[in-house]
Amino acid sequence: MKKKNRTIKVDYLARVEGEGALHIEIKENQVSDVKLKIFEPPRFFEAFLRGRDFKEAPDITARICGICPVAYQMSAVHAMEKALGIQVQGPLRDLRRLLYCGEWIESHTLHIYMLHAPDFLGYEDAVQMAKDHKDVVERGLQLKKVGNEIVSLVGGREIHPVNVKVGGFYKVLAKTEFDHLKERLKWARDAALETVKWSSRFDFPAFDQDYEYVSLSHPDEYPFNEGRIISNKGLDIEAQEFENNFREDHVEYTNALHSVLIDRGSYFVGPMARFNLNFDQLSPLAKESAKESGIGDHCHNPFQSIVVRSIEVLYACDEALRIIESYEKPDQPSVDFEIQEGVGAACTEAPRGLLYHRYKIDEEGQILDARIIPPTSQNQKTIENDLWQFVPKHLDLPQEKLTWQCEQAIRNYDPCISCATHFLKLDIVRS
Amino acid sequence: MKKKKPKIAVWKFASCDGCQLSLLDCEDELLTVADEIEIANFPEASRRVLKGPYDLSLVEGSITTPHDEERIHQVRRSSKYLITIGACATAGGIQALRNFKDVNEFISIVYANPTYIDTLETSTPISSHVPVDFELRGCPINKMQLVEVISAFLKDRKPVTPPHSTCIECKLKGNVCVMVAQGTMCLGPVTHAGCDAICPSYNRGCYGCFGPKETPNTASLGDWLGEQGTGDPEILRVFRGFNAYAPSFRKESERHEEKKPDH
Ligand code: SF4
Ligand code: SF4
Repeated sequence: MKKKNRTIKVDYLARVEGEGALHIEIKENQVSDVKLKIFEPPRFFEAFLRGRDFKEAPDITARICGICPVAYQMSAVHAMEKALGIQVQGPLRDLRRLLYCGEWIESHTLHIYMLHAPDFLGYEDAVQMAKDHKDVVERGLQLKKVGNEIVSLVGGREIHPVNVKVGGFYKVLAKTEFDHLKERLKWARDAALETVKWSSRFDFPAFDQDYEYVSLSHPDEYPFNEGRIISNKGLDIEAQEFENNFREDHVEYTNALHSVLIDRGSYFVGPMARFNLNFDQLSPLAKESAKESGIGDHCHNPFQSIVVRSIEVLYACDEALRIIESYEKPDQPSVDFEIQEGVGAACTEAPRGLLYHRYKIDEEGQILDARIIPPTSQNQKTIENDLWQFVPKHLDLPQEKLTWQCEQAIRNYDPCISCATHFLKLDIVRS
Repeated sequence: MKKKKPKIAVWKFASCDGCQLSLLDCEDELLTVADEIEIANFPEASRRVLKGPYDLSLVEGSITTPHDEERIHQVRRSSKYLITIGACATAGGIQALRNFKDVNEFISIVYANPTYIDTLETSTPISSHVPVDFELRGCPINKMQLVEVISAFLKDRKPVTPPHSTCIECKLKGNVCVMVAQGTMCLGPVTHAGCDAICPSYNRGCYGCFGPKETPNTASLGDWLGEQGTGDPEILRVFRGFNAYAPSFRKESERHEEKKPDH
């Protein structure tokens, strides 16, 4: 093959949340530059959280992202509760898990059916895909809807729920109000099982990599809101130690900060990390379906993340059913507490991965300082590394096809650019 | 002869993507709507980009960068109708909180190398830059209202989106008033209808995410909240939320700023 210089450019990455671009330069068949650019404008949440009341954090931080507002609310309330020295347990804790199940089902299914599957089947979007695969797209939409129904019921509305509060909820529902959901979730569990089977039959490029996976881990459950931060390469810390172990770098070409593990560099958060580190905590049905799909108990190929997400949807349906069945309405919608000064940090598992919040509040509950590190900033460097590895192996592909596959390599991470700026632009250059 | 389908485009400026997601959250209607229209530009959902002009542009997000200040004019030139969706596009959004502060201080709080950041000192609604044909309120918008607005424009009729207050919706729902019964601060009386009074239905006060209703008496509500014992800083904060830069909310928040003792 002739040695060539090429540029791969995608000025506006599609089917991701927010605005990003890709720029890859290839000189003499060697990748010489990869830039995942985020041009989503900065919105300065950490700055204007200063001076706000601690009670406002869940409503304000929800607005960082319309795709995963529950994740922001969950990290915010847990960090605030640490600062206030309170713990939410029992049915209130279960309800928070249920709300998170809803967001995982809704957000993962949106990604699986509408953003990622069209890549594998060669369509530009789900609407085009529906022309040939109407039943499949309808199944995806209905499954997503069940996730949204959970968030609406527990949270008041699917985007930016209103019911989440430091200490619990504003209002809790009676057990019977969940009856309707139970039937819907049984359907959803079957649809999720089908989704695992369907997605595992896609044609995946061989691309196993050696990553450092980072996720929460909890002794009794698949992680949502609580646990230690662990990795497959020896990390094992509490959330309050996050900033001693991770560092954010500000790089010139992007409005999003790159988060790295100090002394070790890039790492991987999200469904694959959770799955690889917490397989044993999945429900029996989710485990069995992982085995039948051929994924087994580990996955190191980000192109197969769509299958892992489907397994997590299945788990979330199972878990939601378990919670609804054992739920008893608590006496109070939230726990009582006194406002006190303090610092609190917490991580929860957003659909896209670990989401870190830290707040410092004064004795009146006014926020003095806030720090938020979303999953997409944590994955940015890993996404770029994937492209460094992926492109050289596929230089024989025609430009259009290679560009599309690079976009797909990015979509493997379901990146959320709106989150990462609190910002993604991709152009590939072949000179 | 087959009628040409109207071309719709979705554009994003500074925002959380929540309002455009509302379109994808129309799970029951999406495929039917997609049969009637041509989705010509919608990067969140599709790689496909069809050239303008577009019959209808939906614009989410506010103007916060020099680049976006230019881009919105291009969007306007290529669109027959332009509708803004959400609090960001109609009032500057939560990021308009910078309008009350020095943006350079904000940049230095969030970013290590402020020189890499190119941003305006303000976050402004789309209507401050180009003529807008209709503004749909909410943070986020109500998806059924969105479907109504799209169909109305495609049929050349006026959309039905009531201009009254959240309070009226709350009464129609038969809720117990959280302000009267629990003394909870609530912006229902001055907030635009459209959410179906979610917050009072969940036992909390409205925090104004749908922005001001038509002709809101914010001063009267502000005074009344003060008489009930709500402090100025709290009144200031509730008006200075997701629609902080909407004129009537802005004015009211500033009024409670002035009353703050100097220290
Ligand atoms: S108005 Fe609210 S929901 Fe809509 S884009 Fe802005 S922040 Fe998101
Ligand atoms: S804040 Fe007000 S307008 Fe927004 S959802 Fe709550 S009640 Fe509705």
